[in-house]
Amino acid sequence: MQPLLLHPAAKALLFALCLLPFARLFHGAWAETLGPNPAEALIRGTGDWALRGLCLALAVTPLRQWTGLVALARWRRMLGLFAFFYALLHFLAYAWLDKGLDPADILRDIAKRPFILVGSLALLLMLPLAATSVDRAIRALGARRWKQLHRAVYAVALLGLLHFFWMRSAKNNLGEVAVYAAILALLLGWRLLDAWRRHRAACSKP
Amino acid sequence: LPGVRASVAGGVTMEKPTRYEDVTSYNNFYEFGTDKADPAKNAHTLKTRPWTVAVEGEVRKPKVYDLDELLKLSPQEERIYRMRCVEGWSMVIPWVGWSLSELIKRVEPTGNAKYVEFVSLADPKTMPFVGSRVLDWPYVEGLRMDEAMHPLTLLTFGLYGEVLPNQNGAPVRLNVPWKYGFKNAKSIVRIRFVEKEPRTAWNKAAMQEYGFYSNVNPTVDHPRWSQATERRIGEDGLFSKKRPTLMFNGYEAQVGSLYAGMDLKKFY
Repeated sequence: MQPLLLHPAAKALLFALCLLPFARLFHGAWAETLGPNPAEALIRGTGDWALRGLCLALAVTPLRQWTGLVALARWRRMLGLFAFFYALLHFLAYAWLDKGLDPADILRDIAKRPFILVGSLALLLMLPLAATSVDRAIRALGARRWKQLHRAVYAVALLGLLHFFWMRSAKNNLGEVAVYAAILALLLGWRLLDAWRRHRAACSKP
Repeated sequence: LPGVRASVAGGVTMEKPTRYEDVTSYNNFYEFGTDKADPAKNAHTLKTRPWTVAVEGEVRKPKVYDLDELLKLSPQEERIYRMRCVEGWSMVIPWVGWSLSELIKRVEPTGNAKYVEFVSLADPKTMPFVGSRVLDWPYVEGLRMDEAMHPLTLLTFGLYGEVLPNQNGAPVRLNVPWKYGFKNAKSIVRIRFVEKEPRTAWNKAAMQEYGFYSNVNPTVDHPRWSQATERRIGEDGLFSKKRPTLMFNGYEAQVGSLYAGMDLKKFY
């Protein structure tokens, strides 16, 4: 398995896979196959993939530890960047298709509606993470500080989930929200458990 | 289902009707699923015959009407109405039906009849999402008596000259064009005349978001989004600005007087 993951084509394949939802949405918008309300389909589709991207990026470390496939770690950055890419597209689609790129209108909306505010906050928090994703930034910051900064991704995931929950609760339609909540609970819960185990191990050392 | 062109004021808008495919594939009908593509996929299980509508409550002549009887109760008219969904999109739909007032006159409401309640079918055998916790089933909607008597309030049996497709609320539904779309109860089995304001389905689910009146009003926002503008399905381009929403969905001249003196921010 490990050599397969380390194959140069593996990364390219993952990149292509991550781009697939974008290609489908873009083609759908161009070919007018996104259904009667294409704007809504674009806004929701990009939002869905931002949340899925976050879940995938957060799944890397637990999966790596569970399977022992160290090579998985090489994918974390790309998955995280794709989550950011879809979150950015999500905001752009909202700002352009829903708000006509009117900054005053967007700001009014953010101030007035908690679910938009929470979503915008999540995107803002992703900016420094995306900006420091290059190797040079890791060296400049130092591994320790870089790691601390990138813990913000937990907050991003929770804010994203809250954003989705508030949006859906307008129509009492919480089935999908529950699925994402369960996945994130698993991924973040595993980390808490892992930290607690390490802490205990460290304490019991002679 | 042929209908003669309506002569009621406001009964035929000159705007371009939304494509038949969009009208019949983009629906909110939660009994068949919460996605707007679900009803067209799932509603084929709905059995629209035999069908009866019980008209009861504070009336002198309560009666269980058979669908065939209702179809012939009054001449079918074509009404082309704007339909504004509370979610911020709109359509223009050529409906076929007759003014609900025709039925109301025949059952002779008593002095106690202040409101009309509409109850939709809730059959878990044919409606896969009845029983989901999204809403308290059956779907209930309501109107004040004067709203129900307004000639624009349409008991509807068809669209585009055809019998209603299942996903559009077959075999009989309501259309109140100056209110948000969810006020238009679908697949109605019971019409009840009552003294107190009915607790309606969406009002029960989220009172502060969906009021009993739910008149289209660009100046009263939904707590989660603005109601000032809307997107006309199939007509407004992806990058074109949304169009402004009109007071009472553009039917102010016909229905504004019903709400004279009422604080529409309070009675949203």
